[in-house]
Amino acid sequence: MLIQQLINGLNLGSIYALIALGYTMVYGIAKMLNFAHGDVIMVGGFTMLVTLTALGASLGANPILLTGAAVLASVAVCTVLGVLIEKIAYKPLRNASPLTVLITAIGVSYFLQSLSLLIFGSNARRVNDFFHLGNIALGDVSISGNTVLTLAVTVLIMIGLTLFIRKTKTGRAMLAVSEDKGAAELMGVNVNRTISVTFAIGSALAAVASILYLASFNSYVDPYMGSLPGIKAFVAAVLGGIGSVPGAMIGGILLGLIETITKAYISTNIADAIVFSVLIIVLLVRPTGLLGKKRMEKV
Amino acid sequence: MALLEVTKLGITFGGLHAVEDFSMQIEKGQLYGLIGPNGAGKTTVFNLLTGVYKPTKGSFCLDGEDLTGKSSIEINKKGIARTFQNIRLFHKMSVIDNVKVGLHNQHGYGIFTSFFRLPRYFQEEKNIDREAVELLKVFGLERERDYLASNLPYGKQRKLEIARALATRPKLLLLDEPAAGMNPNETAELMETIKFVRDQFDMTILLIEHDMRLVAGICERLSVLNFGQELASGETAAVLNNPAVITAYLGE
Repeated sequence: MLIQQLINGLNLGSIYALIALGYTMVYGIAKMLNFAHGDVIMVGGFTMLVTLTALGASLGANPILLTGAAVLASVAVCTVLGVLIEKIAYKPLRNASPLTVLITAIGVSYFLQSLSLLIFGSNARRVNDFFHLGNIALGDVSISGNTVLTLAVTVLIMIGLTLFIRKTKTGRAMLAVSEDKGAAELMGVNVNRTISVTFAIGSALAAVASILYLASFNSYVDPYMGSLPGIKAFVAAVLGGIGSVPGAMIGGILLGLIETITKAYISTNIADAIVFSVLIIVLLVRPTGLLGKKRMEKV
Repeated sequence: MALLEVTKLGITFGGLHAVEDFSMQIEKGQLYGLIGPNGAGKTTVFNLLTGVYKPTKGSFCLDGEDLTGKSSIEINKKGIARTFQNIRLFHKMSVIDNVKVGLHNQHGYGIFTSFFRLPRYFQEEKNIDREAVELLKVFGLERERDYLASNLPYGKQRKLEIARALATRPKLLLLDEPAAGMNPNETAELMETIKFVRDQFDMTILLIEHDMRLVAGICERLSVLNFGQELASGETAAVLNNPAVITAYLGE
């Protein structure tokens, strides 16, 4: 049924959008593609697994408290991880060529994957059900509580993030740094701190995406679980116009819808192929993405 | 004691002495001009004074405090702000937000406060907004407050850059060719604005300029740079009549 599929698509798309926001904000401000972003999702997933297991015995009687603690731990670990990655791997390369930074990002990605392979092994592990939300029936359509939760959380985060960027001084500093790092610095804006904040926000959103992904789609975690959602969210960010926050939101939702509809009505096997074809077509027609600004070269 | 004390400042790029042995004193409240032919090193002096470049020789003090080798952020916090030869506004941000970026360090509320929108956030944002509007009024830009900076006419973009620099509450304001690209009417208006800023904000101003009418009209003292070295300095009229200066500008 089409409505059911559209809702599923929105659910998947929200998760892509949350991840894509991390790509697009980091690109806008640090002018780099953080290919380790997908692996932050994986770290978020494993943090859920570990905290749920570790606290299960003591807090097991109170599932809300248990889930809350795991969510907080996951967001906190990812936030710190994002800031650390930037400080250790990218900050020393602030003036290096973009290619160097790109290769470093890929290196960080492999490092995180290998590290979790070393700690947790290659077997996928099941994360215990942590959200027990029932289904809501609307006529013929049945919506899972997790989907409603995902949509609500995503909408809230998008509104909050937009307000944060447009209405606070840290947000204004982010916009200023993304436009002209040198001029921002000469106006007294601390560029390093602004970049750290950006990585922190992006990584926290990746953790939220990870939790929602585990809740809605696939409750298994493994060291490579971040790769495909990461790449697709990157596609979503490029689709929407990389560097643009509303672009990432729209790109993510659109990609989720396309993927779900393709799976439902065309073929599961070629869904990914179609998703990536959409990227190619959009880039051929609008190289800057849907909301990207055209840049005129001055002669 | 002079507000700005520059002592034998110098920088070399490879083998090129872009600026060498440059000294100058600017008293509080002075309107000081830095002139010289193209490529003489005027903007390099600005870049040295704002921490964009680190001097290889010499030093400079603001209000008795040595700022040599400090970062741009620190120097801005200590009280030197600037505009740019080629306008570097945040073009995709609104006019008022440009000024608010300048007010960044004037109002302390942390990221925690902004995330959770504590009462402090609203109070400080209100103060920021009020101060930004006041500055825009001084420059006659309050009607354009919500325009994108890139949509302002050229002369107003120059004014907005000065407003943004003043928002950082400097002791010394550096203006890099403020009249570049302006027609005579706009230049005359700009001269009034610069004088007004000096009087209204009790500001000390150092400016680079090629428009000799502007220089002769408002600067009290001048330093002339040629090939990175000081050619002359002193009272404006005397410097402009100095044969060596005329030769440097017009050739033999």
